Amino acid sequence: MKISFDDLHKAFESRVRLGIMSALAVNDSLDFTALKEFLNVTDGNLATHIKKLEKEDFVEVQKSFIDNKPNTRYSMTPEGRKAFNDYLNVMEQIINTQK
Amino acid sequence: MKDQQDYIQDIAEIRSMMERSSKFLSLSGWAGIIAGMAALAGAAIAHFVMDFRPDEILYPYPDLTTLIWLSLGVLIIALVGAIFDSYRKAGKRDEKAWNPTSRKMLSSMSVPLFAGGFLIVILISRSLLGLIAPLTLLFYGLSLFNAGFYTVKEVRIMGLIQMLLGLLNLTFIEFGLLFWALGFGLVHILYGIFMHLRYER
Repeated sequence: MKISFDDLHKAFESRVRLGIMSALAVNDSLDFTALKEFLNVTDGNLATHIKKLEKEDFVEVQKSFIDNKPNTRYSMTPEGRKAFNDYLNVMEQIINTQK
Repeated sequence: MKDQQDYIQDIAEIRSMMERSSKFLSLSGWAGIIAGMAALAGAAIAHFVMDFRPDEILYPYPDLTTLIWLSLGVLIIALVGAIFDSYRKAGKRDEKAWNPTSRKMLSSMSVPLFAGGFLIVILISRSLLGLIAPLTLLFYGLSLFNAGFYTVKEVRIMGLIQMLLGLLNLTFIEFGLLFWALGFGLVHILYGIFMHLRYER
């Protein structure tokens, strides 16, 4: 399936979502707290943005228990990686053509 | 629509996030300089004051307790320097020193460090004191080399240098602590000065 540029644009228009994707691009998986620390955002804010990325199937969630405490880890799906790379390519093109 | 300026800002953001979330950057040159000075002082005390001059692999030394306290002292000064420096620098960058990246870095360092540590205990119990300097250099080098995957690449280079010094030391046991002082002292200080000039001015 070809993802249109408008969709890409919508998914990545927020810096927080772009930040989540960037962090997950270089880490196999990260938990909620780690993402929060890297991004410096509130719980609610981060949860909303992750939800949106989940709905696009760009991010997947693994829930587990560590010492009886719930632990939620996020990782990038292959679709997410492709979309992220496409977005980088598009940005590159836009910057190059406008130079 | 976003304009060009937004995209350039986006790219800067992406690059910084990728780096911050995969590399531990909250260590400055100061940690290296402090550790190096402590090591040089420790080696000097051992050599000149305590007359600890291992020139052969089998080198029984009467006052092991003082020697162990001295090395623990050096280790603690170096560790406290590094921890303090990380917190200071992380605070300045508005980040946390104890984050997933620093945990990954420490766990990758700890494997060779623990293996080396147990080996050293065994060597001490057999009076094979001539092997301590070269083998601590070797294992420390391995551990730095590992850590280098999660921090600036200079750390990997420092790891290679420490390993090389350790191997050289193994072939020249008679030089005893000289190689150790070079590796843990001089190399740390040079690394610290280099890092300071390169990343902090």
